[in-house]
Amino acid sequence: MKGTVEVDESLCKGCALCIPVCPKGLLRIADDRFNARGVHPAELDDPAELCTGCELCATMCPEAAITVLRAVKA
Amino acid sequence: MTVMVPETLLTPVYAYPESLTHVPTHYCPGCTHGIAHRLIAEVIDELGVRQDTIGVASVGCSVFSYRYFATDFAQAPHGRAPAVATGIKRVHPDRLVFTYQGDGDLASIGIAEILHAAVRGDPITVFFVNNAIYGMTGGQMAPTTLPGQKTSSSPLGRDAATTGAPLRMSELLAQLDGAAYVVRRSLHDVVHIRRAKKAIRQAFEVQQQGLGFAMVELLSSCPTNWGMTPEAALGFIRDEMVPAFPLGDFKVPGDFKSPDDVKSPDDVKSPDAPTAKGQA
Amino acid sequence: MAIELLKGNVAFAEAAVRAGCEAYFGYPITPQTEALEHMAKRMPELGRAFVQAESELAAINMVLGAAAAGARAMTSSSSPGTSLMMEALSYMAGSELPAVLVDVMRGGPGLGNIAPAQSDYLQMVKGGGHGDYRMIVLAPATVQELIDLTTLAFDLADRYRVVTVVLADGSLGQMMEGAELPPMRPLAERPAWSLTGARGREPNLISSIHLDPEEMEAFNQHLQAKYAEIAEREVRVEHHLLDDARIAVVAFGTAGRIAKTAIAAARADGLAVGLLRPVTLWPFPEADLRALAERVDALLVFEMNAGQMVEDVRRVVEGRVPVHFYGRAGGVMPMPEEVVDALRGIEDARRERAGHDRGADRGAPDLAEEVTA
Repeated sequence: MKGTVEVDESLCKGCALCIPVCPKGLLRIADDRFNARGVHPAELDDPAELCTGCELCATMCPEAAITVLRAVKA
Repeated sequence: MTVMVPETLLTPVYAYPESLTHVPTHYCPGCTHGIAHRLIAEVIDELGVRQDTIGVASVGCSVFSYRYFATDFAQAPHGRAPAVATGIKRVHPDRLVFTYQGDGDLASIGIAEILHAAVRGDPITVFFVNNAIYGMTGGQMAPTTLPGQKTSSSPLGRDAATTGAPLRMSELLAQLDGAAYVVRRSLHDVVHIRRAKKAIRQAFEVQQQGLGFAMVELLSSCPTNWGMTPEAALGFIRDEMVPAFPLGDFKVPGDFKSPDDVKSPDDVKSPDAPTAKGQA
Repeated sequence: MAIELLKGNVAFAEAAVRAGCEAYFGYPITPQTEALEHMAKRMPELGRAFVQAESELAAINMVLGAAAAGARAMTSSSSPGTSLMMEALSYMAGSELPAVLVDVMRGGPGLGNIAPAQSDYLQMVKGGGHGDYRMIVLAPATVQELIDLTTLAFDLADRYRVVTVVLADGSLGQMMEGAELPPMRPLAERPAWSLTGARGREPNLISSIHLDPEEMEAFNQHLQAKYAEIAEREVRVEHHLLDDARIAVVAFGTAGRIAKTAIAAARADGLAVGLLRPVTLWPFPEADLRALAERVDALLVFEMNAGQMVEDVRRVVEGRVPVHFYGRAGGVMPMPEEVVDALRGIEDARRERAGHDRGADRGAPDLAEEVTA
């Protein structure tokens, strides 16, 4: 995998601004559950490991809730 | 025989800024105050100045901004943040002093204070969050409200004939000799957010170099009081606010250079980052 | 240090400099502008902060910032300017910021005039800003006292983290008198709570917000406890010729000074009068006044206003003794003779009452004896 992201659900307000920003459409709102704030948080939906760690989602996130990891050759 | 070689390691390339406090903010979901806070904190981290920075909180939705920044902070009366910042900066000329103000605080009640801080060329950095409305008090008209825009105190839409046209603060302040750096940016998409971050960094560097008054006006959203989804609100900035408040550099110091040796991470092009076409 | 001829406004400005004032922010307003001008020269000489702000509103907010940053900060103004400062004074009380404000009072209300008056008593003592707060209010009567109390003001402000007001008037600000300035003090250390950049410590916050009402109440109780401590320890008052007085004048500042002249004349005429001169208007010398009210026949409150401190005198005295008032408002300087006339009037009325069968006063000695005493 080239990259991945982690959404801190304790900070996420479910504003969904990150969703359309991902060039590969890998983020979604988790309609099936709520976080402690009572909102549906955003989550990564990337079974095919397409995420490149481009940071666009983190750049958009108003809560700084997204951590972005990228593969670095060891 | 196959030897297992570790190919790749996943390293954090973006994480929660050190200069934020991990306190969940009270801002509405999708409010661009969060983006502005984050960018300022990222810049403070990159400049390594968290322990030398003193912020001044204003009155508006961002009245609690002091909860979110891990720096010394003073709370100012409504509109008076530039005067408070001047008082702090005159006592601590070598610290970085910034204010964070909305359109009521800066462009209405505080207009004398911001004007004269710029007249004096006080070397403070001002972040002006312009969302064309008064958020905290429930969505009243601001000096920056667009003609025809409906707010709770202009329910029929702003009538420019009796209440005037939107006030363009960056253009106003840029005329002053004491203003060294006055730019307007927007937070409505990733490209513009990245440009805004560069401007925020430059606005701090102008202060570090003692060049004078610096302000970054940030076109921002208020989904709640505009009555829109966060996504639609960003569209409102792009389609309605940007034409009324043109983006650009209204004043930049003549010989000012952003230090070359430190590359902002935004200069590193991500493989999938969209590029803007010729826009400020 | 030698005695020199000093103008009041210059004296308090220089006293502040020597007390370690690190930051002065002000705006020109008659009759105190000489202070601003003196600071404009002195502060840059010493590498200290000076700004002529765009208004008194801006000036007091700069004081707020400088005080938050840990500096001894001050401003000076006159009545119309101090009105503009009330918001920030409330904020400073709520943020527990120390600072010094010198108010050189003039005739009002409104734009009024530039003549001396004492009509900001209620504004300063009762708090012109919103909320439950107090400021220490000091009332000098001479240029020397103006110097001494300005110096004291910085110490009290820092000791209790309160705003301390030096309440002078236009005549004191403008007069030239022989006085002695203290030597230059070193600058004070930055308090641990101040904003200096969070190096090696947790960030500091200077704020007056307490959203939760119960938290706000607890904070108010903390302030009230502080004010109670100040009231217990910082009362300052002058007793002048009160030991044998039958009538006591209560007056502050320049009125107190005029009263002394009047009292000398009245005594020469055989009236047994003295002066209780509050030097702290807040905390008000209640114990002294109450004790005095127990033993005199009348009080004459004399002020250069339409009647402000007299309300506090009446409140404290609680009807123990008649409280009379004499004042001139609008910037008129009362003459000592006017006060003598007022005293005589009180004494004449008292004698007339005493002459009636039912007009006995409270066991006072025979008048004839008093007059010849």
